[in-house]
This record gives sequence, C-alpha cells and structure tokens, in this order.
Amino acid sequence: MRELSRLAVLGAGHVGPVIARLAVKAGYRVDIATSGDPEDIALIAELVIPGAQPRWASDAVADADIVVLAIPLHRFLDVDPALLDGKLVVDAMNYWPASDGVLSAFEDGGSSDVVARRLAGTALVKALNHIGYHELEDRARPAGAADRRAAGVAGDDPAAVAMIAGLVDRIGYDPVRLESLRAGRVLQPGGPVFGVVLTLPEFERAVRQDAGSLA
Amino acid sequence: MTYTFGLDTFGDRNSDADGKPLSHAQTIRNVVEEGVFAEQAGVDFFGIGEHHTEYFPMPAGDVVLAAIAARTGRIRLGSAVTVLSSDDPVRVFQRYSTLNAISGGRAEVILGRGSSIESFPLFGYDLADYEELFEDKATLFAELLKGGPVTWEGKTRAPLLNQDVVPHTESGPFPAWIGVGGNPQSVIRAARLGFSLMLAIIGGPPARFAAYSELFQRALEKFGRPPLPVGVHSPGHVAATDEQAKAEFWPRWREIITLIAPERGFALPTEESFDTETGPHGALYVGSPETVARKIASNLRVLEATRFDLKYGMPGLTHDQLMTNIELYGGQVIPRARELLS
Repeated sequence: MRELSRLAVLGAGHVGPVIARLAVKAGYRVDIATSGDPEDIALIAELVIPGAQPRWASDAVADADIVVLAIPLHRFLDVDPALLDGKLVVDAMNYWPASDGVLSAFEDGGSSDVVARRLAGTALVKALNHIGYHELEDRARPAGAADRRAAGVAGDDPAAVAMIAGLVDRIGYDPVRLESLRAGRVLQPGGPVFGVVLTLPEFERAVRQDAGSLA
Repeated sequence: MTYTFGLDTFGDRNSDADGKPLSHAQTIRNVVEEGVFAEQAGVDFFGIGEHHTEYFPMPAGDVVLAAIAARTGRIRLGSAVTVLSSDDPVRVFQRYSTLNAISGGRAEVILGRGSSIESFPLFGYDLADYEELFEDKATLFAELLKGGPVTWEGKTRAPLLNQDVVPHTESGPFPAWIGVGGNPQSVIRAARLGFSLMLAIIGGPPARFAAYSELFQRALEKFGRPPLPVGVHSPGHVAATDEQAKAEFWPRWREIITLIAPERGFALPTEESFDTETGPHGALYVGSPETVARKIASNLRVLEATRFDLKYGMPGLTHDQLMTNIELYGGQVIPRARELLS
C-alpha cells in the first residue's frame, strides 16, 4: 500500500487545529483550510499549528491523500460534495443537539450515514470524533506505550478503514476497526465510547456490551 | 507589570451544613454578601456568570452586581460571562453602563458563551445560529462601547441609525473582554473587534493556551490595535490546607461534572483525573493559599496574562466555606501571587 502522506484538515475551530497538530507531529504534510481566505487563518497556522500550511479548501483537498472534516455539522451542509469527489474522507464531526442545536437532516440514525449519502463519491470513514478536542492531544501516545488509549474507525469500505486506522495509529491511538458506518454509531454522542478515553480492552468491552444491549 | 485578581461565581446554589440545598433566593442574597466581603478581603474584581439552571440560578447577574455596587467603593464588578448571543447588545450595554454609573465607573463585561447554552431555547434562539449571532452582536457591542450615536446594520437585530444609546458613560468605554474556550478563531475575533481576551481554562494543562496569548497580541498588531490584556478564568477552591480544599471540593466537582458531562462531552471525573487537574499542570486551583498562589503566578507567567479570575464555589458548598475561600484568596493568595510575580 502506498504511504499516505498528505492531509487536508477542513476546519480551524476547536477540533481542526488539534488534529492538524497531531498529524504534523506524526510526520504528515498538513494543509488547513476553512470556507474562506487562507490569509484569515495565516496567524493561526503559524502560531497554533506550526508546520501546517493555510490554503484554499479546493487546493488543499486536490493535493490531499486524506481529507479530515472538522467543521460544525450545520456548516457541512454548505460544503459542495463535488469538492470531495474521489477522496478518502474522515468524518470527525458530531451531531450533538444539546451542544449545537437541532438539525432536522440529522435527527434519524447516524450522522455519518447522512454525511456518506451526501458525499456518495467519497470513501467515508468515521473517526477522531469521539475523544474531546481538549483531550485528544494530551492522551496521544506512541505505539506500545503502556497508557495508550483506543480510538474507533468505522466505515463501509474496508480498504479505506484500514488506511484511516493507519492514520489513527500514527497520531497516537490504538485503532479499533468497526465494520460499517452503521456500526460506527457507537462512536456518536450518547454512545458508550463518546467523551470517554479508554484503553483498547476497555474500548472493546464497551462496544461489545453496547452491541449486546441492542441485540 | 500590574496584575489584577478577581473572583467569579455562577450563583452556585449553596447548601446548609447538613447538605440541604438553600433556596435560590437565599443563594442570591449570599452572593451579595460574598461580593461585599470580597472587597473587604482585598479582591480586585467580582464577576457573575449568566446561567439559567436549578443549580446555577443566576440569570440576572447585573441586578446582583448593582446591589454589591451600592455597598462597596473599590472592587470592580462585571459579568463572567454575559451570553451575548441570546441577549440584545443594546440592553447589555445599557445594563452595564447603568452599573457603571451606580458604581462610579467600576463596571466590566465579559462576553461569551460560557457553559450556558440553556439561554438559547429559553429566549427562542437556535443554537445552530450561535456563531452568526455572536459575531453580529459582538460587532454591535464594540460600536456601542465607543459612545456617541451608533449607526449599525446586521442580520440578527433591527438596524440602528445615528442612534443615541443611554446612559452615556462618564469617562469612555468600560473594560470589555471576550471569553474564549479553545477556538483560535474566537481569539482572532476578539483582536479584530478590540476586546481584551479572557481565556477560560477549565481542563487540561493551562500552558497549551500560551499560543493563544501570542496569537492574540500578534492579531492585535495585524489589525493595527494597541496591545490589550489577557486574562485567565479557572475554577478552584481555597481552604486552610490542600487536603481540606480537595476534600471539600471533590464531591461537589464530581457531582456537577457528572451532571453536565453528557451535554458538554466531558469525560467523567475520577479521583485520578482530579489529582491531575489539581496538580501543578492541571486547570483546577484547589488547595492551600500557598499552593494556589504558586499555581496562579506560574500560569500567569507562562500565558503572559495580567489578570486571574478564580471561579470559586460549586453547587452544594456552604456559604461559610465560600466566605473562608474568599478570605484566604484575598488575604493570602493574592498578596503571595503578587510577591511571586514581582
């Protein structure tokens, strides 16, 4: 498998810069973009995400092996799906009405199912959404560390899931692969691993218990 | 360098010594006493954060601040924070310029979201519009602060045409801050609109916010503005010893975080995580006066900040425990922190 080395992070709010910093540290070439002019986030990139390049979203996506969506979910509906066609895309977004308000498009089922339907031309993987942005960086550890934690990776395309599992591993978490976006609902707000940072055995147990309770 | 030290409360509902919750009304009267006592204890600023819940019954902090203003002469008084997105900037300006009049120029305001999202459904706003509401209203608030007739047009409120907004302030704008959690774009906005920056640090290592402080000053430069102060707001509790402070605070902290964790995506606190947060690299200032003073001084240095506001209290603590906290903070923590910083 070709080494995936270029990342485009869309979103420079709470979550985007954290993922971008972790990726820079892991050796990825990272571009960061918002819906606007890269000049608007030039200082943020320089001081908060040293090593990442601020770019126009279309340029960043065109050059990227992996695109990370780290924008508020209600803004996702403004993203032109054509921009992402043919890309490997990580959905790090959440539908979280208690915090962000009710969005009728996401009221039923899994938010990533809605995202996947809208981005039908992409290989979509749900990941990096369930650990709080304030913890994602502090808890990252190199492979083999005794206190390394786990992070879920869910998608319908096994090759895409494997590639994002590689990303998750490189930035500091033991990847736990879930076989479908549907199974990835355990990673959502209200699910058993959302907002808690668990070791691999704890994570697997939590997901299994949840599956058991649904059966 | 001049440092300023404040106390913030959300009107955390008090309990009596047996753990029975006091009424909302009694809790509010206690906050008035705490504010008056804070001045006597030597605290520079007393802030009240807007909340609308059973355990933080504090939707009208400006009224409470006015009562404190009438009984004090030196302490500065302000919001911490005002949830501007679900309020009318003209009314916020009017309430705080009225407080400024009552207090003889001691009013401040910190604008933000805080942890208060319950005001959105209460006042008929959609949380999904948060960003647009805040941007629009903060822009208008910056105009109002300048004094003089205001002409403004936005998307979230009726336009103003050459509108005189009263009461006028006697000596220019009162201090106004924007409270920022972890979003660097909010730091840029504060600089662009000319507000001071209040970093709300409630979890994790405070040092990681150092980049935000630099980002703020660099952004002010870029927008052609003079340097403005950076402040830090963090929760904590001071008692005679580290052990006592932790023993009093921990059960109340566990209770409240467990209650709000599902909404905010916080991990549930454990004794281990509490020890980390109250340790030298955590965000909670819980301990003896010496422990808390050292931590404040060290973080103000690292963050190049000149203001520290301790969010004191937690629902379920007693008024007596809070008064002791205030006495120790004003009498010992602040002088010691000043000494360490000099």
